[in-house]
Amino acid sequence: MTAGSGTGGGAGQGGTAATERRLAMLRGGQLPQAHNARTIAALASNPGCARRAVLDAAATRKHELAAHAGFPSPFGESPFTRNRDVAFERSLKDEPDKELLTLLRETLDLDIAEAGYTDLNAPGWNAAGASRDLAARHVHTRQQLTAPARQRGTMFDHPLLTFRVGGRHAYLEPDLIAFRHDGTFHVVEIKSFAVVDGQADGAKVGAAAIQSAVYVLALRDLVGDQATVAHETVLIAPRDFSFTPAAATIDVRKQIGALQRQLSRMDSIDRLLAQVPEGISFSLDRDERGVSRRHPDDLLRDLRLVEANYAPECLATCEMCYLCRDEASGTTGALGRSVREEAGGIESVARVLRVAYEKDPLPVPDDIAEAAAILRRAAALRRAALGGLG
Amino acid sequence: MTTLTSLARIEAADQGRAQLIRAVRHVHVSDRPLVVIPLQLAGEPCAPLAAMIGDDRSAPRLLVVANPLNREDRFRFAAELAGVVLGYIGRHAAGPEPAEKEAYPDAPQLVLPNAGGVTFTRLLGRSTRFRPTAGPGAVPAAVPALGCWLTYFAERAQHPASSLLLTATGALSAHWATGQSAAEDQNLAALLGWISPPPGLTSRQAALLAEDPARCPPAGPATDPAFDRDVLVELYKAIKESRAAGAGEAAVEGAATERRVLVLLERELRLVLEPTWRLVWQSVDLLRALPAGGHVAQRWTSDRKSFTGYARYLRDGGFPQAKRDAAVDAARRLARLEGEQEQLDAQMAFDDPLVMAEHLMTGRAFEGVVVQAEPHRLDQSGKRAKLRPWITLETADEVTAEPGAELRSPARPGQKAAVIETATLNGRTRVTLELQSGMGRGLAPAPGSVPEREDVLCYTTLTLEFQPPPGFPAREDTPWTHGGPPPEYVPADQAVAEPWDGSAWEDGAWEDTAWEEAVQGGEPS
Amino acid sequence: MTMEEAARQARLATEDILAVMRSASRGVVVDSPPGAGKSTLVVRAAAELAGQGHRVMVIAQTNEQVDDLTAAVAVALQPGNSEQGVRVGRLAKSDYRPPERVERLPSVTSAGDLSELAECQVILSTAHKWATVKAVGQWPWAIVDEAYQMRSDLLLRVAGLFERALFVGDPGQLDPFSVVEVDRWLGLSWDPTLSAVEVLLRHNEDVPVKQLPVSWRLPASAAPVVSAAFYPFSPFTSATSAHDRRLGFVTSPFGRSSLDRVLETAAETGWGLYELPGGHKPRTDREAVSACAALGARLLERGALATSERSAEPAPVTPGRIAIGTAHRDQAAAIRSELVRLGADGVTVDTANRLQGREFDVTIVLHPLSGRRDATAFHLEAGRLCVLASRHRHACIMVARAGIQELLDAHPSAEPVHLNVAVKFPDGWEAQQALLAHLEQHRVVAT
Repeated sequence: MTAGSGTGGGAGQGGTAATERRLAMLRGGQLPQAHNARTIAALASNPGCARRAVLDAAATRKHELAAHAGFPSPFGESPFTRNRDVAFERSLKDEPDKELLTLLRETLDLDIAEAGYTDLNAPGWNAAGASRDLAARHVHTRQQLTAPARQRGTMFDHPLLTFRVGGRHAYLEPDLIAFRHDGTFHVVEIKSFAVVDGQADGAKVGAAAIQSAVYVLALRDLVGDQATVAHETVLIAPRDFSFTPAAATIDVRKQIGALQRQLSRMDSIDRLLAQVPEGISFSLDRDERGVSRRHPDDLLRDLRLVEANYAPECLATCEMCYLCRDEASGTTGALGRSVREEAGGIESVARVLRVAYEKDPLPVPDDIAEAAAILRRAAALRRAALGGLG
Repeated sequence: MTTLTSLARIEAADQGRAQLIRAVRHVHVSDRPLVVIPLQLAGEPCAPLAAMIGDDRSAPRLLVVANPLNREDRFRFAAELAGVVLGYIGRHAAGPEPAEKEAYPDAPQLVLPNAGGVTFTRLLGRSTRFRPTAGPGAVPAAVPALGCWLTYFAERAQHPASSLLLTATGALSAHWATGQSAAEDQNLAALLGWISPPPGLTSRQAALLAEDPARCPPAGPATDPAFDRDVLVELYKAIKESRAAGAGEAAVEGAATERRVLVLLERELRLVLEPTWRLVWQSVDLLRALPAGGHVAQRWTSDRKSFTGYARYLRDGGFPQAKRDAAVDAARRLARLEGEQEQLDAQMAFDDPLVMAEHLMTGRAFEGVVVQAEPHRLDQSGKRAKLRPWITLETADEVTAEPGAELRSPARPGQKAAVIETATLNGRTRVTLELQSGMGRGLAPAPGSVPEREDVLCYTTLTLEFQPPPGFPAREDTPWTHGGPPPEYVPADQAVAEPWDGSAWEDGAWEDTAWEEAVQGGEPS
Repeated sequence: MTMEEAARQARLATEDILAVMRSASRGVVVDSPPGAGKSTLVVRAAAELAGQGHRVMVIAQTNEQVDDLTAAVAVALQPGNSEQGVRVGRLAKSDYRPPERVERLPSVTSAGDLSELAECQVILSTAHKWATVKAVGQWPWAIVDEAYQMRSDLLLRVAGLFERALFVGDPGQLDPFSVVEVDRWLGLSWDPTLSAVEVLLRHNEDVPVKQLPVSWRLPASAAPVVSAAFYPFSPFTSATSAHDRRLGFVTSPFGRSSLDRVLETAAETGWGLYELPGGHKPRTDREAVSACAALGARLLERGALATSERSAEPAPVTPGRIAIGTAHRDQAAAIRSELVRLGADGVTVDTANRLQGREFDVTIVLHPLSGRRDATAFHLEAGRLCVLASRHRHACIMVARAGIQELLDAHPSAEPVHLNVAVKFPDGWEAQQALLAHLEQHRVVAT
């Protein structure tokens, strides 16, 4: 599980100092959203949305903004899921030499000799990783993982990696890293959703894959040329309806490619920021007691000054979804990407209908002439078919 | 999404009311369907926590699991559920067994709120159909029987032409377009808010309300995380603690506490389930109100035959369904599904002008006026002369059919027409067709059997004719390219290899208070 | 490389493949990039096997493919065109009559029933027809053509007919698919919606995969681009070098319209990107449709001439040697109508699906992403773009509205992942990106 809680560095790491200042201003006095593998993975989910790009680059806490603006986001995690996550992982790690090692051995073709287990959390350190000694843990991790090959163990538990996202450092904690004596590292992710008869929920596996890809990139940064970090990662999840673990390998090359593209886009956030009006802020302006002094309408107005690219897919992936959906009311895009496409790309619901039912006295402008012809035909066909029903 | 259904959605958004996209109903609705509203525990592949079930809307039966992670409780629930479901199924398989190619006069129909319900059915079927009825881990005999039936229904749900298992969201969105997106239509309350808003509310208001779990409990099988956190956790904890009470006095008190808490639990779950129960019955009513399409009865007959066959199979001691399809089974199933889809497409087009309109849009069908007719034309090329009338239609529609293609008209579905030639000039196309059947016997056409000048007709390449399924090798002849013949199916092995949930995990589950850190408003997991 | 060297490499590869067929291996798969001589290999293999005395069945996917192969095999086995010696059978469905050019070959017998072809040592037919034949293990050898485009459930139905098989196909082109979308077979090694080759190799890891190394069709300007973008694991080179092929025009233009400029760019570099102003349009974007048709007509008007290794003299690029490719049927229909209006209707216009396997001197392509707001899996599919970009011997001109790069950049990449399903390469997005990056070097803005 991840436990990213680093506040990271300040300006100068990636973006220019001016960019960092601008982003900090946009964020207002709030603490930046701490990144973990999941949030980094989510960055790629709607690259065409400027609002999201700016909010993410400024490390704002989107769910707080959405709630304050009057559109609380629909996402929440059940305590039962959380429980199961923790319990499953614990059941594996309490005695790693048993099932975990056997599984990894089978999946990664490890030798019998490869059996070392190294806990990178030195004794006395809190397993939940909430300690302020993250930097120290990271140093320890680096030392262990870059040690000469024959000295490396087989399983590294509680590794702590760092990762640079848009000028900020995040601390990342993969579940496990496995090392084979042929010189390759494999990222291992433990999830608690079930794999029934060899199949699991595609969206959940997809999310796990992209999170693993984040770890692969971070690990590659760490070990550099000294060893290979495989693009083959291991997913360990409960088998069928029991708690017995099963392992599967996932090839994350595509996810790595997508992430790298998204990260390089974030590095060039300047272009986007140039289009963001000066003086706007997403600050909640909290007082000493943590109560926000910012008027919700004010915040909403500023948020709306950065263009969004709403599609119904946002409802499953972004905390701003209800806010953007409300804004998109009356557009064909809000009804679905394919609906907008079928409507010939015309954005406004009202306009589509005026064109389809020829309600305008003036002729249709050239740029939508073909769309108009298609819509009129569809309207006529619908009318004829409905008309025949009396 | 076709252009017409997109336009309907846009119209709905404008008018604030759902628009019909089908003129007739294309699913069968039973007189007495069995409505099932399941709820399951978050995070588990299939840990039911309650179900509301019944074939009488005024008398729902509520089944509740005292501890969804407890093995005994789960199988007690499964046995109770089996009682209701198998009883309902049994009523349709009562009476004399039908002859070989015949079917029972009616078949059971399950109605669930949404697609999540089908997944639940499939997984519950999977988790119960292999359970042994004797020896270690034995369960009541009704449980694996339930498992086989649930698996059967879940598989039938994948058949495009089957109505044995319906989802309210699926069936409604197949006939109405709302003014929101297809993703939002998966919320049954929101969907119904567009089709039939509650009095005093606009569709949009109703849909917004439907998204607020505090005002409108989710239709399941997932529960609202806040409900889990604020209500369920405490109640389950209390039940667990009351059971853990020692012996003697403490045990008696524990039992009493457990009963009290169970009453509370039932009350809470009823509050969650009842609204959805009403919504599903409302959906059934709305569907029933639509006139049935011409081929619905025929498809229901296929369903009845399938049901009859499966009932017979189980009665004769048939094995539970395999976990995954073997190579031949998979290929055969795909062929069946594809054939069914093709036939369904044609039937829907012939039954429903709104469906045919979609084909007119894409060019799969065209509508034209007869400009020339030779009803008495004879084909003398063979040994005997045959009556082969020619008609020429003129249309402004796109004609994609090529010479030689076989066409049919919904006005004359039994009459084969072959394209002789097409010619396009200035946006209008003339199509010459040769009629090859449906004129009666003899060399003169029966009156009215040949279209006349100025008749307006629609022709399409869709055909109602049944395509026989292709042949596949037997399982034992699976070729080397596909891994050779699969090993013999031995269901007993499967049961033994099925370890139950680790009790070690179950004991530790409630001690950890990690759930108190559950994130509200964080990224979806 | 020189053509002699190319021929040598192709020969070596063929010999290698034939050697594997003589070994104990149950099968062999041959990856054949566009224009690499797949049909030549099939004919050669059939002749070899027949020469060794084996009975051979040849499976192709469409009637046209079967007819072409039948004629080629008959000629290869009977160069003297006599009736004696090896007989070739063309098994056809009862309602299909093979074309005259096949039926008139003296060594060919055409029939709807296998019993009438008993004397034929080589029998060819479509997979669907073979699937109706009830005879187990009758043929020691089968040759399966276009095996990557064949769905594995079809292979299941015919595999019982033969003992060993040579599978030949192009891994970069369109995958088979089903209109039925069901998750239940995802991850199964015998998922019926996978291609025949994929399933075969999942169950027979010891079947060697060979490759034809050289494209005889794609010019030196195209092979490296197509190979890098669409064939990451089976790279290939062009058989010809830059000076072997040339495209020129009889006439010079009067004034230099942007149409002419892109034609000249294409003639010079082998590629052209004719860029229309950005905008979101319906599929049958009138401006794009007109541009495609206008380019075809202008090619003919200018009197394009192709110089190649095929003939000593430059050959006129006739309408039959030009193709316009699209993603959708309605786009093809619209372009066809426009060509009729311009009087240039001998030009082939078709979708990628129907252009598979065909070859032209010059192709014009309506880019699948042109005018689109969002990219769907259909439009991003690498195989589609690969087919469209690999039909030409001389030049390929793509017509597209500006904005495709932005579209690609905005494409969300969170996709579901299914366990035990092999990741498909090339990634559609990456392939699109690679080709676009190349095309932008040959951009001409429409005016």
